[in-house]
Amino acid sequence: MSTVLEVRDLRKSFGGIVAVDGVSFDVEEKEILGIIGPNGSGKSTLFNCILGQLQPSAGDVRLDGRAVTGMRPCDLNRLGVSRTFQLLQIFPHLTVRANLILAGQEHQGSMLSRLVGRPDAGLSAAAERMLGFFRLEHLADEEAGGLSYGQQKLLDVAMAFMAGPRLALLDEPAGGVNPTMLANLRERLKAINAKQGSTFVVIEHNMEFVMALCDRILVLAEGRVIAQGTPAEVRADPKVIEAYLGRS
Amino acid sequence: MSRRRSLLFGGLLALAGVFLLFAPLGLKPYGIFILSMWAVMTIAAIGLNLTLGYAGQISLAQAAFVGIGAYITAWLTTKGAWPFWPTYVLGFASCFVVGWVLGYPALRVQHHYLAFVTLAFNTLVYLIFRNEEWLTNGIYGISNVPRPSLFGYSLKGAKEFYYFCLANLVFVSAAAWWLIRSPWGRAFVAVRENPIRALSLGVDTRRYTLMAFAIGAGLGGISGALYAPLTQFIDPTPFALGLSLNLLLMVVLGGSGYFFGPFLGAIVAVLLPEWLRFAQGYYLMGYAVLVMVMMAFWPTGLLGLFDRVTRRI
Repeated sequence: MSTVLEVRDLRKSFGGIVAVDGVSFDVEEKEILGIIGPNGSGKSTLFNCILGQLQPSAGDVRLDGRAVTGMRPCDLNRLGVSRTFQLLQIFPHLTVRANLILAGQEHQGSMLSRLVGRPDAGLSAAAERMLGFFRLEHLADEEAGGLSYGQQKLLDVAMAFMAGPRLALLDEPAGGVNPTMLANLRERLKAINAKQGSTFVVIEHNMEFVMALCDRILVLAEGRVIAQGTPAEVRADPKVIEAYLGRS
Repeated sequence: MSRRRSLLFGGLLALAGVFLLFAPLGLKPYGIFILSMWAVMTIAAIGLNLTLGYAGQISLAQAAFVGIGAYITAWLTTKGAWPFWPTYVLGFASCFVVGWVLGYPALRVQHHYLAFVTLAFNTLVYLIFRNEEWLTNGIYGISNVPRPSLFGYSLKGAKEFYYFCLANLVFVSAAAWWLIRSPWGRAFVAVRENPIRALSLGVDTRRYTLMAFAIGAGLGGISGALYAPLTQFIDPTPFALGLSLNLLLMVVLGGSGYFFGPFLGAIVAVLLPEWLRFAQGYYLMGYAVLVMVMMAFWPTGLLGLFDRVTRRI
């Protein structure tokens, strides 16, 4: 097993506020790593620094041993790192199918070849498979903005996997999804992890979801890692109970 | 689109095509001139629709590009005695390059800030046309711009030049249709709707934004290259901010981001004022009220309205 992602002493401050304060961790190939922590603990800022949406104040990010700190999100994505956002991010006026094709089209050929080549960039079959996998086939030609919230959420996740990423960072995939859909989503994610061999990092507040999905969990509080381990270890850790889970 | 809607749309399109082919036969030269102007302005509006309607980047500088294209063709075919086609290509290429450069501010600012950047650019270009007499002949303009011939066939007559403009419109439309259906068109819409998400999916939003500006400007240049031989006389006045606003009106009124929006918008902006002339002094006032009402009740433009109405059938 090799290390896909290495994060070393990552820091990000906004004026006097230190949102991420020297975070280090590794993610191994095919692992599903969960990141939990109270609101404002720096989870999303950490994602944004890893993914180039924000420039970190200090620290290093390595992908398969290659330094990628501060690289533009589009270049990082083409290296095989994809993500979803905390809030739903789809293209409402494109059809569901066009959303998926868009998510894959920039990964092949040159800009010029995309202009003179086929309108679907040769991705119709791949989009069809993805639609089937997330059970959205009946909605393929609808405008994405007309879908229900849960369906849009599935589309959002499906887009992140369209290009077969090596590493996927999912920011609260379960947020606002109803329990039935949630089980479906978890099962789909597990299946992708097994089939594509993708490595995942998942930010999540839904404890049941995150404990069932993840192999290992990292707990953040006030921008620092306060605990890590298997779901069972983390659940029993007094520091975690103090900072986040609370006593039941 | 449902089958019935497609049929209705196709029928309307065929009717419009027949009208455009046969209209000159029943029109006086002035009518043919106005219809040619519609075709030329539609080309500029198609360009702006790519920049604004599809890629979501506001530009109030489209008139400047029409002007640059017009001056290049006018100057080179009169003083330079160049044949028409190289000036046509040069007009497109120059505007493409200048449009690319004008796109850089759009990487930093959006919406009304960008509107002011492009507005200032239009003013700058207008002032160059007006003040740099050594280059543009200033307010005296350039007259006797020749009309080209095609395969030895002269396009001097109003009717002949009209069909030439129409052919250009068909060519530009086909190219724009291709572009919009290609992955580029999808990327343009993605840049408009959610640039941050687009970036996270590997879409190089910088490059696509610049490209949207450059192509839109290039089509403005083509429009200008036809404008000069159509009017056969150009001076700085038509390329002031007013035309940029008018082109913006064409795009928004027709339906921003709809392929046929500019065609309809240009009917309202170019042809309708002529048809309202019977009202004499009041026609521009009536026109202004009409635009206000249309914008207030149909903000998605005429094609947005068509979309809503025909969704029921």
